[in-house]
Amino acid sequence: MNPVLTLATARRILTQLRHDRRTVAMLLLMPSILMALLRYVFNSEAAFDRFAPALLGIFPFVMMFLVTSITTLRERTTATLERLMALPMGKLDLLTGYAVAFGALALVQVSIVTAVSLTWLGLDLAGPVWMLFLIAVLDAVLGMALGLFVSAFARTEFQAIQFMPVIVMPQFLLCGLFVPRDEMAVLLRWLSNVLPLSYAVDAITAVTRTATVQASLLRDIGVVAGFVLLALALGAATLRRRTP
Amino acid sequence: MMNYAVEVSGLRVERGGREVVRGVGFGVEPGTVTGLLGPSGCGKSTLMRSVVGVQIIRAGRVTVLGHDAGAKAVRGRVGYATQDPAIYPDLTVAEALRYFAAIVRASTSDVSRVIGEVGLRDHADSLIGTLSGGQHSRANLAVALLGRPEVLVLDEPTVGLDPVLRDELWELFTRLAAGGTTLLVSSHVMDEAARCHRLLLMRDGALLASDTPERLRERTGESDLERAFLRLIQEVTP
Repeated sequence: MNPVLTLATARRILTQLRHDRRTVAMLLLMPSILMALLRYVFNSEAAFDRFAPALLGIFPFVMMFLVTSITTLRERTTATLERLMALPMGKLDLLTGYAVAFGALALVQVSIVTAVSLTWLGLDLAGPVWMLFLIAVLDAVLGMALGLFVSAFARTEFQAIQFMPVIVMPQFLLCGLFVPRDEMAVLLRWLSNVLPLSYAVDAITAVTRTATVQASLLRDIGVVAGFVLLALALGAATLRRRTP
Repeated sequence: MMNYAVEVSGLRVERGGREVVRGVGFGVEPGTVTGLLGPSGCGKSTLMRSVVGVQIIRAGRVTVLGHDAGAKAVRGRVGYATQDPAIYPDLTVAEALRYFAAIVRASTSDVSRVIGEVGLRDHADSLIGTLSGGQHSRANLAVALLGRPEVLVLDEPTVGLDPVLRDELWELFTRLAAGGTTLLVSSHVMDEAARCHRLLLMRDGALLASDTPERLRERTGESDLERAFLRLIQEVTP
């Protein structure tokens, strides 16, 4: 691990984003716009309160998944990845560089959507704000790591986009947002139990509803962090110094 | 015994179920420019990828500066420029070079040095994606020059450049070699071949010849290298 390389990579990715203002604007504003839309579609505070916390965790996950799968696919197809692998760049340095850049971006994204939800849309947050941020950033890094992993299986950006329904939608349906997880059929509940987003949504819902930090919350955060490490390891395994 | 900067022996590479490098061996002397010539698709790029150590090889051995190609010890000492530019189009020339400079631990002054050497001073703050094809490929070449690597592997660095720029780049290559850098440069333009110390002529994944331009001319009795190459092909395919 070399912090110079990690920071150089993070700075490079953020500089690339800086040249792409439209993407940044959409990344930062769309979650808030969707959240406001949700609030007025329901037109009921109670229904909004039920869905909104989960979405605070899901937005960064989905967006970072998309952005990273395309960005890393580009690194692969334009051979900049090959160039980096031929240089003294560690795989972990590259990965953590990505995590730092997209984690920072996610932090800003979550700050905006949280501020909008708490003030304008009337969402109640019982637990500590930093805990909410921690979980949201973990979700973002999870989405990033999975995006990096699947980019190895896509040859074109068109294919990369198709991985979103494959990786994201089942987790979205099974995470307990629509039907509480313990009311699902056994098989579905098992499936739900092995998917990381379920734990992320449980954790973020707990933070918004209870003021005290309970053991189950810490366990959920631990599980998400474990999935993040696993996904990063899988992502690292797809970075090869030598290719056919 | 000669200590080669790059040594390849019995190299075989398969890509997509086809053997594209078929038992190639040669040595590159330090401080020289070696030209790798041959038609497109003959295996030049695969051979260069093997020297850089990013290619999975089937058999043989490639050593660079006394280490296996791509080993950690040589990764920062080999500059590599691919034929298709491998550089971020959504960064400016200076931004992209600063990133790669951080990786090879080159200084900021080195960034402006390489920008000058490839003649992109007027475009240092232009987005790479907005550059012309030739400028794009020069930005790509500049990355390889960062940190003054001991070995340079350049895949068709002069494609699409106007004659003046091509001439300037070849002068740069000769100057670098005189300073001790070892260069392996591929090209399919025969007039560039005359400026190399040594030529590797490649066809269908095999080396037809490995010699100096003078000796190739003598051997074939042709003064023109293009014709000398033709003569060699006729010799092996009667």
